[in-house]
Amino acid sequence: MTNLRKTLQQRRRLAEVGQAYGFLSLYLIGLFAFILWPFGHSIYLAFTNYRFSPNYDYVGFTNFIRVFTDSLSLKSINVTTRYALVSVPLRLSAALLAAVVLNTGIRGIGIYRTVYYVPSLIGGGVAVAIMWRRIFGRRGLFNNFIAIFGLTGQDWIANPDTVRFMLVLLSVWQFGSSMLIFLAALKQVPKGLYESAEIDGAGSIRKFFRITVPLISPVILFNLVMNIIGAFQVFTQAAVITGGGPMNETMFMVLNIYNQAFRYGNMGYASALSWTLLVIIAGFTGISFLVSKYWVYYETSAK
Amino acid sequence: MRYATNQQPAAHVLTTFRPAKLRQLFSSGFRHVLLIGLGTVMIYPLLWLVFSTFKPNEEIFTSVALLPESWVFTHWGEGWTAIRGHTFGRFFMNSMTISSLSVVGTLISSSLAAYAFARFRFPLKKVWFSILLATMMLPDQVLLIPRYIMFATFGWIDTYAPLTVPRFFGASQFFIFLITQFIRGIPYELDESSFIDGCSRMRFLWSILLPLMRPALFTAALFTFMWTWEDFMGPLVYISSVRLYPLPLALNLFVDAQASVNWGALHAMMVFSIAPIILLFFFAQRYFVEGIVTTGMKG
Repeated sequence: MTNLRKTLQQRRRLAEVGQAYGFLSLYLIGLFAFILWPFGHSIYLAFTNYRFSPNYDYVGFTNFIRVFTDSLSLKSINVTTRYALVSVPLRLSAALLAAVVLNTGIRGIGIYRTVYYVPSLIGGGVAVAIMWRRIFGRRGLFNNFIAIFGLTGQDWIANPDTVRFMLVLLSVWQFGSSMLIFLAALKQVPKGLYESAEIDGAGSIRKFFRITVPLISPVILFNLVMNIIGAFQVFTQAAVITGGGPMNETMFMVLNIYNQAFRYGNMGYASALSWTLLVIIAGFTGISFLVSKYWVYYETSAK
Repeated sequence: MRYATNQQPAAHVLTTFRPAKLRQLFSSGFRHVLLIGLGTVMIYPLLWLVFSTFKPNEEIFTSVALLPESWVFTHWGEGWTAIRGHTFGRFFMNSMTISSLSVVGTLISSSLAAYAFARFRFPLKKVWFSILLATMMLPDQVLLIPRYIMFATFGWIDTYAPLTVPRFFGASQFFIFLITQFIRGIPYELDESSFIDGCSRMRFLWSILLPLMRPALFTAALFTFMWTWEDFMGPLVYISSVRLYPLPLALNLFVDAQASVNWGALHAMMVFSIAPIILLFFFAQRYFVEGIVTTGMKG
């Protein structure tokens, strides 16, 4: 009797495993076909001079040497890193500032939240990119606006000194989704902490840095990492607004990868570039996590 | 500051008119001024874009004002037919096709996989789930070139297959994760009582779990739709025939193709391509906000 129950149970477990893999099958096929295989293949390609024809050779580290010696590639790594290091802190500061002000129980929070969020809803698309070029062009909205005050503008997109900042501005403009995440985190901060800090005579700035920032620091770290990953992958804005120029000041890494692979057909070299990008992103993410030990506060670790 | 003063009786506030109160009144007003100012600066370009579609082209280049001095209603028609051989209705339908297929594929494959992860015990489950988490963060660019080569050997170049078929095989890994977490929050007693009543796993997923999963599915659908709608690089790499262009490629062609761009007409089509996303947002605002907050997605 117990034996029979055991075999029945075993059979049921086996059936469960079978069903589980049934439900999982689409994902597993996709995982191997569209993720793991391409992943491995791209490592392989990075060591070849593949040019979309069956005749190609293993070239060792040639592609990677070119990544770190070619002036265009170095420039592209340089400008991408600078773009990320400027745009991410600015965007997060704007998001945090807006969230803190909105969290003071101000009236009409719903409207403000919507207005601030709309740019991040559409900001990554081609339409907004074209719009940005129009706004900051020589006869664009911005120059027409400052002309009211008697100032003469320039073509901010065509100027190599200002162009990247225009793209940074486009990124900062889309602080809305980070702001929503900060807002949700701020709601979790116990009000009592502020009250007791006030009794002790703490001002708003002190409260912000001593209470708010530590308590939402895990969320700041999260936003930081997500935005760094996103910033290094910037493509549409540069492709549509500047095409990488002027003077390659906005030749971001993904744009360079795209050009090398699909314009010039250097697919092996482009694979090496994409692996460099992956390592750079992983590096900055890793640094963020390492440094987070010193400023991110987890409630459990304090107990 | 607000919390301390809130607790004082009103009479007290009236009788002791201290500078601190005045300052607070100012600071509340000041906050609104600041917020409205910032909001205006942020939203003005979009409003200007919408109204510019009704301005004569010369006015677009010179005027900062929102409302046109003289109204022009021809830009929308000119934009609609600006690209030789195809109307923007065609590009709209193309975008619709790609986005809808992506949504359907994402919903089917993600909920099946999520159900397995959330409710089944099976060997290697932890391994697969860890791989899911690890590959979720993988930048797409690393997979771009080998995928292109693979899809080329399948003969999928210049079709929608590279943009949509992977979605039916769990390519939206993020949403597998999201829906798994969501199912884990649904009480397990529900499963047990259904199985005692002789309900099969598939039937349970379809008729009991799925309705409960609606918020998560809605979020997944919205964001998949939005991201696919705005995607530029995917179509740029895979689609070469103009008749298959989705809206972002069509807009890009519009800018590049004409030596002297009819800006009013271009702006009209830009607004036309953004409008569905904005409409979607206003109809489903709750799901957008919740989706971002609970998952930390970028919008």
